[in-house]
Amino acid sequence: MLNYIWFGLIAISFVVGLITGNIDAVTEAAFESAKAAIQLAIGLIGAMALWLGLMHVADRAGLVNLLARAIRPVARWLFPEIPDGHPALGSIVMNMAANVLGLGNAATPMGLKAMKELQELNPAKSTASNAMVTFLAINTSSVQILLPATVVGLLGARAGGIFIPTILATSVSTIVAVIAAKWLEKRRAYRIRSEPVGEEQ
Amino acid sequence: MEAFITFLSGAANYIIPAIIVAILTYAIARRVKVYEDFVEGAKEGFTIAVRIIPYLVAILVAIGMFRASGAMDYLVAGLKPILGAIGFPPENLPMALMRPLSGSGSLGLLSDLVNEYGVDSLFTKIGATMFGSTETTFYVLAVYFGSVGIRRTRHAVAAGLLADLAGALSAVFFCKLLFG
Repeated sequence: MLNYIWFGLIAISFVVGLITGNIDAVTEAAFESAKAAIQLAIGLIGAMALWLGLMHVADRAGLVNLLARAIRPVARWLFPEIPDGHPALGSIVMNMAANVLGLGNAATPMGLKAMKELQELNPAKSTASNAMVTFLAINTSSVQILLPATVVGLLGARAGGIFIPTILATSVSTIVAVIAAKWLEKRRAYRIRSEPVGEEQ
Repeated sequence: MEAFITFLSGAANYIIPAIIVAILTYAIARRVKVYEDFVEGAKEGFTIAVRIIPYLVAILVAIGMFRASGAMDYLVAGLKPILGAIGFPPENLPMALMRPLSGSGSLGLLSDLVNEYGVDSLFTKIGATMFGSTETTFYVLAVYFGSVGIRRTRHAVAAGLLADLAGALSAVFFCKLLFG
């Protein structure tokens, strides 16, 4: 699906750019965005190193394991293919806790640590596993109680007014994300295809 | 309520150092070599950041080109009549379409709503709720899957976009219910 969406975005940009006369802007945007992607990735290194370092300490101290066991009941249903007490579950809990508290720069490194541990359980290394998609869907639907700092910055004190609708809407989107991931993983179109030999990273 | 919000937005400043100290205290009490293990874990930060670069370039270039082409305006114009029929305000359509694609783009749209209609308008409230209720799906996908080299994303895009749709529709629904 991503292949078609990606192609579609680029092809439509070209055609519409020609029609509207924005083709120069389209070309410029291509190179500007590529540059922005690098800056974004490099900018992540600091927070990433800090939180991954702390996560490693937490791991060594047995904290991640403790959390992994604590969410067993929920995890069994959400991520049936992760074995009980697997460290991935601990990282997932920490990622979600950071998300709920609105700690965006902590949530990403913790989420990526969870992805790394999920990848160890994944038999097809360049294909997303069911657990990975469910975890990603929960993250893209946003699970937070605190409003994003950017919204508070724009609305000022009035931000309080949208506190309740935001929690309601984000709950709906998270529930839909989980149901959609669970339902779609069984569809034929999304089954795991065997990978050509030598394609593993 | 205002004091509560100020507290919540200020709370992160206390939560982060508190978490860091709590983790380190627990670890040192269990005789973990905190400095050595921290450095060991932190060195992965660089490799992960470098590994996500190709995925981020692919996603951000396509979205950047799409935004620059002006195709969004056509999409908005085409969808307006359909959404009008279900009571979805056309003023909030650009936000609903931009939210999964670009974080900075949708933040810009939210600030446009504030400038044009004011902080107290229903459009601004719906837009802010949409902004807060989902994440930038394509960015999260590129970063999370990119970090472990996942190229075949299976149903991730479909599930993420369905969640975005649900978030946008319920933002309209709940805001109209509470403020309409």
